[in-house]
Amino acid sequence: MRRWLTSLVLFLMAVLPTISQAVDKPYFYPYVNPLEATVMELPPFYQADIPKEVPTTTFVLDVFPEREIPEVFWYEDGLECSLVDQKGKAPLIFVIAGTGAKFNSPQMIKMQKMLYQAGYHVISITSPTHMHFVVNASSTMTPGHLYEDAKDLYRVMQLAIKEVKDDIDVSSYNLTGYSLGGIQAAFVSLLDEEEKVFNFKRVLLINPPVSLHNSVTILDNMLDDNIPGGANNLEKWLSTVMEKLAAAEKEMGYFELSSDYIYKASKRFPMREDFLASLVGVSFRLSSTDMIFASDVMKGGGYITPRNVEMSNSTSLARFETIAIRTSFGNYFDEVFVPYFQAKDPSMTREKLIELLSLRHIDPYLRSAKKIGLLHNEDDIILQPGEIEYLEELFGSRAKIFPTGGHLGNMNHQDAVDFMVKFFAGQEG
Amino acid sequence: MRLFGTINKNLFLLVLGLVLLGGCATKPIAGPDTEPAMRQEVDLVLEGTEAGTEVYDPLEGFNRGVYRFNYYFDKYLFLPVVRGYEFILPDYVQERVSNFVDNVFEFNNFTNNLLQLKLKATGTTLARFVVNTTVGVAGLWDPATTWGMRRQTEDFGQTLGHYGVGSGPYLVLPILGPSNLRDTTGFVGDTLAFNNFGPPAWVDDDDISLGFTIVSAIDKRKRMPFSYYDSGSPFEYERIRMLYTKKRELEIAN
Repeated sequence: MRRWLTSLVLFLMAVLPTISQAVDKPYFYPYVNPLEATVMELPPFYQADIPKEVPTTTFVLDVFPEREIPEVFWYEDGLECSLVDQKGKAPLIFVIAGTGAKFNSPQMIKMQKMLYQAGYHVISITSPTHMHFVVNASSTMTPGHLYEDAKDLYRVMQLAIKEVKDDIDVSSYNLTGYSLGGIQAAFVSLLDEEEKVFNFKRVLLINPPVSLHNSVTILDNMLDDNIPGGANNLEKWLSTVMEKLAAAEKEMGYFELSSDYIYKASKRFPMREDFLASLVGVSFRLSSTDMIFASDVMKGGGYITPRNVEMSNSTSLARFETIAIRTSFGNYFDEVFVPYFQAKDPSMTREKLIELLSLRHIDPYLRSAKKIGLLHNEDDIILQPGEIEYLEELFGSRAKIFPTGGHLGNMNHQDAVDFMVKFFAGQEG
Repeated sequence: MRLFGTINKNLFLLVLGLVLLGGCATKPIAGPDTEPAMRQEVDLVLEGTEAGTEVYDPLEGFNRGVYRFNYYFDKYLFLPVVRGYEFILPDYVQERVSNFVDNVFEFNNFTNNLLQLKLKATGTTLARFVVNTTVGVAGLWDPATTWGMRRQTEDFGQTLGHYGVGSGPYLVLPILGPSNLRDTTGFVGDTLAFNNFGPPAWVDDDDISLGFTIVSAIDKRKRMPFSYYDSGSPFEYERIRMLYTKKRELEIAN
């Protein structure tokens, strides 16, 4: 009996590690509330291991050499992009940033490191909704039109390749983007089928909206529904947030701007649902405010700023911020976007535009293009009811949908990263 | 302060030139064909709410000029120097430098905690300095934090605020960035006290003090995760102004 027990224990000790390696760990995400998942940074424990430094070069593209940039944007001079390059021949991935994000935002840097580690050259592109892109690289200067933004992005990608082609050896072109950058990637891929400059091998859409208008409406409402008085009370709201931070600091004895600290603080002082939603709403509003103002100034004003005024590098912009912060994406859509595209094409209507700016509008293409895959979450807050089911049906086996993670909350999760790497290697989807 | 004065004399002249060139007009200039915007403040700002991010900034034209100077100074001199520093020194050495700098500046935390009669924090600061200077080998390591004694940062601007001095007009200082009249006064006070009664006076060697001033400036810039006009907002000046003001209010209240 004793003899058997000893051998059994020895046997188990030898075998168990291999078993636990063979069976995949189930996906675990520390925040089950989708708003929490969206707002909180994933604690490092769950994040994929990525290199600390990767070889990065920043370069500037003069997209429209003829364009005169207004003096009020004195610090803007060409579109900055970045290249992370492999030593030898390797496939290349273009990454399109999400709403209001720049090529070097913290999330973009994580993507660059992760994809570099997987063996790719990476070219990072600022979101067409970021003022830097609006000022330097948008042909319409009226961001949000997926077909037009795709043309702008495609132009930038070609210029970027022209700029770096002597430094890198590319075996194939691939494309990805997250959030708004995800849906834009789909439209860029469609454009590439006609233009055939890159002939993308693999295209991955990460947490894209299905309908642009549906998603921006959800995000607009997060501010209006969760801050009493809406944008008029932002100042008060900010004071409350800062007081809460100060209270947490007092209670915990220290403050540190790290995901671990915020995770600990949130466990101790659970945030209310409406507060989390207001955080998402405010951060979206700040991005759209910047975009709308930049677009208005570039087109000579008339919406936020008076038409035909001269603004210098010393002009005080506070009064315009006051107006712009009270302007939702919805306002911009109805009062700037629709009239602009109607002026170009009189048969265009608001409803037609809404319909146009959706993955449903290119449904047949997405169904047939086997190179396109999807990474998403069942509880993503930017989707309307029914949209995740639509995506699941649309992409079938080419979709990887996690049960939790909110909007982009799990992008750096080991399981999500593993999927991305396998997808681009052609082992998934 | 004497060091600060001599090193930066030329820079200040340069700033002055830039500011004069930049002019002080802060209002948009209307022309004959100017038409009003579709969205107007009167329609949008509800009565009884604040219009926006109001910070007292009567010197805005000047401040924006300095902000612009800081952008160029950072881009073409300060950040390249910081990157060189990061390139030359291993991370491990950089961490030792940061600890050393923090330990030397405990002098200001000590005096200001004392001036505000925060006796517990004063005691903690003193204990930290003793522990880190001895066990932490001249402050290169920070065992005090590991033992539960956290840094108690206070400066003379906070001390003035603690005794009820208002912030005064907002100021953007060359190289140092956002401030206001109270905090600038505080900075001058801290610098004078530090140079005349603090570690530089104990060492009493101008070359060492100069070296320390330069290294600590590089180290502090390195640890500041901010670069001008990288926020992606055309309203960066306004937002930084508001955040700075709110942050100081909280630091004073704590």
